[in-house]
Amino acid sequence: MQFILADQGFHWSDAQFLLIGALHTLLVSVLAGGIGTCGGIVLGWLRHVSTGIRVVTTPYVDITRSIPLLIQLILVNSALSMSGNAFSTFWLSIIVLSSSMTVVTSEVVRGSLGSVPYAYIRAARSLGMGYFQTLFHISAPLALRTGLSAWIGLLLGLTRDTALVSVVGYVEFMKSAQILISRTNETLPLLLGVGLFYFVICYPVSRYSAHLQRGIAS
Amino acid sequence: MSGYTFYWSLVWDAWPELLSGVRLTIEITCLSVLFGTLLAMPLSVARQNGRGVAGKFSAAWIEVARNTPTLFQVYMMYFGVGALGINISSFASVLIALTFNNAGYLAEIFRGGLVAVPPQQLRAARSLGMSQWQAYRTVIFPQVFSHVFPAFINQAVWALLNSSLGMLIGLRELTGAANAAQSVSFRSFEFFLVTAGIYYLLAKAIEFGSRIVFRRALRT
Amino acid sequence: MIEIRSVHKKFGEVEILKGIDLDVKKGELLCLLGASGSGKSTLLQCINGLEPIQGGSITVDGVNVHAKDTNLNRLRQKLGIVFQQYNAFPHLTALENVTLALRLVAKRSRSDARAIAKKHLEHVGLGDKVDLLPTRLSGGQQQRLAIARALAMEPAYMLFDEVTSALDPELVGEVLDTMRLLKSEGMTMVVVTHDISFARQSGDRVAFLHSGRVCEVGTVAEVLGSPRDERTQRFLQRDSRA
Repeated sequence: MQFILADQGFHWSDAQFLLIGALHTLLVSVLAGGIGTCGGIVLGWLRHVSTGIRVVTTPYVDITRSIPLLIQLILVNSALSMSGNAFSTFWLSIIVLSSSMTVVTSEVVRGSLGSVPYAYIRAARSLGMGYFQTLFHISAPLALRTGLSAWIGLLLGLTRDTALVSVVGYVEFMKSAQILISRTNETLPLLLGVGLFYFVICYPVSRYSAHLQRGIAS
Repeated sequence: MSGYTFYWSLVWDAWPELLSGVRLTIEITCLSVLFGTLLAMPLSVARQNGRGVAGKFSAAWIEVARNTPTLFQVYMMYFGVGALGINISSFASVLIALTFNNAGYLAEIFRGGLVAVPPQQLRAARSLGMSQWQAYRTVIFPQVFSHVFPAFINQAVWALLNSSLGMLIGLRELTGAANAAQSVSFRSFEFFLVTAGIYYLLAKAIEFGSRIVFRRALRT
Repeated sequence: MIEIRSVHKKFGEVEILKGIDLDVKKGELLCLLGASGSGKSTLLQCINGLEPIQGGSITVDGVNVHAKDTNLNRLRQKLGIVFQQYNAFPHLTALENVTLALRLVAKRSRSDARAIAKKHLEHVGLGDKVDLLPTRLSGGQQQRLAIARALAMEPAYMLFDEVTSALDPELVGEVLDTMRLLKSEGMTMVVVTHDISFARQSGDRVAFLHSGRVCEVGTVAEVLGSPRDERTQRFLQRDSRA
């Protein structure tokens, strides 16, 4: 007996479905990227200025970078379920992805702040500028030049990582495509479309970032 | 929360399954890093030269590997190739996809190291009579390796973490094994917490082990 | 007046300054000479509080530099300092380099800061380069920019830490000319230098440092003309290009 799936062809509502998935992907990427960047800047600066804070936060940074994102999503999902409260898969995804972005951004921030030549900081302090004045007007702009390219790479990596959040039930673009595949059996076109979607977002931006980096180096 | 008891003994009972999952994880990680490295060396040279078919091919490989999600690459091997009628096991799919992924990232890492090696090195090696391949293998790439070692180790840890994607296509590597074990008892938190701990230890093992290897290699 | 009394300073376990006594009088150009490692640059960076000291005291116009309740930011407005290299902030134009501290520290308005900055940049001969980034300036021009930037804060004292040592020979002259100009305008200057001919021509007093101590101090004629200490004599003989 041949099992025939009803309604195998494509419909316009499918395009809408995919679009919503794509918007979800972008929403999660932008939100988690924004929160993670802000958190990462603060954490990175704190770890740069204070050895004490660096030591205390190292376990968090170390562990987050040594455990698969998939496990982190499942674990936080599981922990939140145990608490008995209702929570949305959207915010769960945001929490885990923001945490990951915070950690990797903080390392970039710490590295770039550390790469600012002491001579410039010394010159600023000698002019009578205070610590935060020096930080905002001298260290930060110079650190930005060093770290911008790396940060863009992190943001793009985050966008690709959003493909994993379907494991906790949030339907983003990849999952939307998968759902369509299981209904229409059009595996290759849809899968290739998924790949194209991410490629079209990531490739131009990373090329532009490399171009920026070359400009800064000169 | 109050009233919730942790059942760690269930995790202990499933230890054999977890252990075989660990073995699979280590296999996938080691093989995909090994093959990825072997592929990345010619890829990086071709990309650096940029000329001809090889240049364009390596550029395409590297850019696709680095600009699409690793999960997409795994799905392409498992579902995509499967749609063409060729059935690949989940193990092979993960291995091939991760090898493809590693090769792309490592090629970029190697390229950064290639730039740091002075061009005279290659000329000197060739004028001693070495073939292109010999020169790269014995003179250029050892130097590249010592330049990019930290980034290389980073990528190896990434490969370890990426292997967890096998769970999503039914492979019983560590994450898949944990998932299968916890689905019986619904003690997902305990199982995945232990799994997280195992990944942490494996990642640290890679980092510390490689540091020892590196130090010994530097001494010779 | 700057009063340096029995200053001791260590870097980790190594003692760099082993009891420095020195005065800097208003309006004079004091040259600090000595071999590398004698502590000259370190002493300069102790004067404006960049480096802490473990013993003794440094007072600038009555204010103890290293006292806990001293407002270092306010004190540093009195002490202009120019270093050997990497002075100019690379991401700001020459004008912005000078206006930055004027706005943030001296709390000048944007227009006042621009006017003051332009004036000082013209004073050191960079009037036509105000909108250039430091990468477009020669080494000598960058040093002059650093001098103008320090002068714009209207300091009472100017400290120079081997400001010509890293320059190509043909660029040294323009910087020395600027320093001579300052001297002629009555600025009090402490100059750490290897350039004995500059000390001879423009200095009022010279202090010779050796291994963290002041070996000899006196007028230019005394120290450079007829040095009493054997180590000073050896140093001057070695440096016979003067």
